[in-house]
Formats: sequence, C-alpha cells, structure tokens
Amino acid sequence: MQVIATRPKSLTDVGFTYCPGCLHGVAHRLIAEAMDELGMRNQTMGIAPVGCSVFAYKFFNCDMAEAAHGRAPAVATGMKRARPDMHVFTYQGDGDLAAIGTAEIVHAANRGEHFSVFFVNNAIYGMTGGQMAPTTLPAMKTSTSPYGRDVDDIGYPIAVCEMLNSLKAPYFIERVSLLSPQDILKARKAVMKAMRYNKEERGFTFVELISTCPTNWGLDPLKSCEWARENMLPYFPIGNFRDKGAEGGDK
Amino acid sequence: MKVLMKGNEAVAEAAIRAGCRHYFAYPITPQSELIEYMAKMMPKVGGTFVQAESEIAAINMVYGAAGCGKRAMTSSSSPGISLKQEGISYCSGAELPCVVVNVQRGGPGLGDIQPAQGDYFQATKGGGHGDYRIIVLAPASVQEFADMAAQAFDLADKYRNPVMILSDGMLGQMMEPVEFAEPATEDDLERLDKQHWDWCMHPNQDEPNHHHHEINSLEIDPVVLEQHVIALGKKFDRMEAAEKSWEEYNLAPDNEILCVAFGTASRIVKSAIDDLKEEGVNIGLIRPINVWPYPSEAIAAALTDKTKLVYTFELSLGQMVEDVRLAVNGKAPVEFYGKVGGIVFTPEEVKDKLKLALKV
Repeated sequence: MQVIATRPKSLTDVGFTYCPGCLHGVAHRLIAEAMDELGMRNQTMGIAPVGCSVFAYKFFNCDMAEAAHGRAPAVATGMKRARPDMHVFTYQGDGDLAAIGTAEIVHAANRGEHFSVFFVNNAIYGMTGGQMAPTTLPAMKTSTSPYGRDVDDIGYPIAVCEMLNSLKAPYFIERVSLLSPQDILKARKAVMKAMRYNKEERGFTFVELISTCPTNWGLDPLKSCEWARENMLPYFPIGNFRDKGAEGGDK
Repeated sequence: MKVLMKGNEAVAEAAIRAGCRHYFAYPITPQSELIEYMAKMMPKVGGTFVQAESEIAAINMVYGAAGCGKRAMTSSSSPGISLKQEGISYCSGAELPCVVVNVQRGGPGLGDIQPAQGDYFQATKGGGHGDYRIIVLAPASVQEFADMAAQAFDLADKYRNPVMILSDGMLGQMMEPVEFAEPATEDDLERLDKQHWDWCMHPNQDEPNHHHHEINSLEIDPVVLEQHVIALGKKFDRMEAAEKSWEEYNLAPDNEILCVAFGTASRIVKSAIDDLKEEGVNIGLIRPINVWPYPSEAIAAALTDKTKLVYTFELSLGQMVEDVRLAVNGKAPVEFYGKVGGIVFTPEEVKDKLKLALKV
C-alpha cells in the first residue's frame, strides 16, 4: 500500500475543535506542511490567539504559547528575542489582530521582527458568536451590526496588508484565499515562502488568508466560499504586496 | 566598593548582575532612568532591550521571554503598571517567572510624577483579574532596591510566578551609595537558562524525545480549571507561609505606640522615632519589607499590654492600614496618617502626630 496523504508531523493527533466547513483546519495544515517540508518543526515555536483558533496551541506539534487577545506579536517579540536560534510564528484572526491587537501588529511589523504572522480574515468574530469585526464588510449584518455595518457610524473595514505595506521594514506581505482548491494551492506557496524566509531569518513575513464562517454567516460551506469570493475579494484583493526576496539584493 | 547611584539605575544594574538579559518597557516618569540604563547596558552584555509600543506590549514581551525560561523584566510607574495588570494575570495563570518594577507616582488617573504609595491595593490585592497572588517587595533605600532585583528573580523562579518590586518616585530618583553583588558568570547564565527546561519553550528534537510544551492560562473545562486554580492556591499558600519579611525598629516592651510604615514612608517615621528617642520617648516600628505576603504575625507579636495605639503612616489615603487592622485584630486602636498627591510628610509632622497621640 502506498501512502499518498498523511497528517503532517507538525500537527498533533488532537482533533480540531472547528465547526463543519470551517477553513481553519486547512490553514493549520498549510502551516504544518511548510514546517515539515522546511524541516523547521524542532526549531519552531508558535503562538495561538484568542478566538476560534484559541486552541491552536494544542494542534501544532511544536512548543506553543497562548497569548492574550491581540498580544501575539508582542509575545512573539519576546520569544524570538529570547531564543533567536528558534523560529516563531503567530496565528491570529481578524478581531484579534485588526482590532484589539492593532498596536502590537503594526509595531512588530515596523520593527521588522523576525517571525511570521498568519492572519485569518473571515470578516466576523466567530468564537463569541458572530459579532462585527474590524474587517466586516460595509452593510454586512452581524449580531452587533444587526442593521448592517454603517460605515458613516463605525468606519470601513481595515485592509491590513495595505496598511502594513505602508511600513518600510516588512520583508514579505501577501494576501491569499482559501476559497477553492486552486486558491489553497496558491495559499500553500505563500505560506511556504513566508516560512522559508522565516527560516532564513530574512525578516517580518505576513500572510493574510481570506476565509469563511459558515456558522455565523448562516450559509453552507460552499455558499460561504461563493459569498466570500463575490463580496470579500473585491474589498480584500488577492495578491503579493511585498516580496523583498523576489526583488533581490535586499537580504 | 560602593558607588553613588539613583535607585532606578541601581535596580537596573542589579537586575543585569542577577542574570536578567531580557528587558522590555515603555518610557514613563519617574522610572525613565531605569529604561534608559537598560537601553545603554543591555547591548553591552549581549542582552535584549526593546522599547515597546505600550506597557501592555512590554509585559506581553516579558510573557514570551519568560515562556522561553529566560529571566525577563519590565518596569513602569503607576499608570503604566495599571496597563500591565492584564499581562501579570496571564503570567501568574501560565506560571511564568518574571519581575515587574513599579516606581510609584501620584494618582489616580494621570496623577502627577511625585512619590506616592497609592498602588498598595493594586499590588497586594491582585490588580488584574482572577484568583492570583504575587510576592511584592517594598524597598526603603537604594541599596535595598538594588538587592531586591536578585531576590525578586530568585523568588519568581522558585514559585514560577511574577514578583513585583513596589518602589516609588523618591527611591527611584534619589542617589545613595550602593554596593552590588558580583555579576552572574557565563556558567550562572547557562544554569539559569536550563533551570526551566522541563516546561519552558526551547529547541526540540525528533521522536521519541520530541516535546510539546504549552505556555497557557486557558482551560475551558471547568473541572480541570478548578484543579489548576486549587493548585495555584496551594502555591500561594506556600508563598504566604515562607516569604514574609519585615524589619523591627526600636521595639521595646514598654512602647506605648507601635508604628507601621513601609518604603519611603518608613524612612521618615524612623527619623521621627530617632528624634523622639533623644527626647526620652520610646516608639517602635514594624516595617513590612515584603508587603505581600504581609507580616501580620510580627505586628500582632509586637503588641504588649502597654500598647495604647498602632499608628500607620502611608503616602496614600490609607490602604495598608486595612492590613494593619486585620493584624491587630481589635487588640489596640489603629490610627492612620497619610499624605497624598505626591506630597511627602516630614519627620516633624510625624513627630507632632505621635506626640499628640501620647499627649506629651
């Protein structure tokens, strides 16, 4: 018998706690595969956020820290400075990273900290039951924007890649999506690149993964992907914003 | 060899000598000399200094470095310490050793930048959310401030819990002669680095020795969290039993007044006691050195049938006095005198209060 697919060594055998149709599992797998392929597992520490992926510290099979809400980039800074011989990544959702943790992500990026940030954007707070996120789309209904997000009242969704791209220090910034198998293959390449740059100590690497929340959007998984493609991607366009490795001579 | 130094600089130097190589902080008066000293010295000893974007970020950087088993420290002054409370609670919940220095100033709110002791409740009764305790060391001289750096790290490592040094703007800013311990050697640093290897995050290996260490304060199952908090409670009980510390000054069986004061306030009370002694009046002082755990038994033991009054002096509206009342437990009246707003009472004022109480 030939094994053609198996669990990455960088994932534990603890079962995921995610809802059916959730794409966190896919995002976890991409990061774990990158750690496996790059042979980084024994030299890597990760940081879980607060939100649906709060239990990510149980799922990645390396040393893991659970950070307070939004503080993962600060915790990562302390970890990387304490153990520069190891590689560090954070895994954060949109409420965690783009609301309560805005200061931490901006300043970690601005310092060019040598770690990777994986930012899962599904335009909603999942764990707490579907409240408005900083990335919730205009007119989108959530439990705390029951009449739709009123941009005159609460402002526009924050495009984090674009915001971080205004800073000089970041080494790699890319937005990908997890909305189809083709998109996932492209996402895999971006995650791999970020982790390779991480391993090579190039600098701050950031990958935003556009995702869904079937449970709180009230759509089935496939319709969620369609909805995200139609509504999120125009606002959060897929693409590479920064790749100092590709430009060459920046290392 | 003694050197003349500000308290803020002395505690920074002592922390480095105690093996602290990871320091994260945000500027705030009156502790700025501390962060500036670290900015200057950490690169020279191969350590890490990061000026964080906020006090919140700084304590979370400490959380990360402490999670890697390193001696990590942050410092601030009162308003900044309020911001750190979230992180202190997380460090205690995740059982991370670290040291937090508070160079107290006047409050509440932005207050002012003069010395005060109004953070006593916050320091000794929790400050952050949840059931936790931290050991709080309260220096009364620059020498003691410096000595407490190594003590604080040792206690933090011993109990895997944050330790606070509760200083104030007076001790931070004033210069006194101070003698330092020998700096940690490379061997010491190596030993310190490995002491938490069984639980901290550190380089891994392949199976079968692959480890999966989690630095975490979350436990979603209430039955499991209950056991975790009960275990923490037992640890806090051990801290309470073993780590009380106080100074007895001029105690005598015929003292009619027992004073209680800590930190800067205790120095002024001592001056008043010395003056009164020359006038033939004997008054004793208990100075809590660690304000949590609190030396209640020492206060109770200092009471005699001659004790007419227990007089508490603080640079606040009266916070520690509640612990004094608990310790005295109704066996004598407890009086309080305090100054606030960054105003420090003089020995003469204390003397007048004591003389009035003695009717001499």
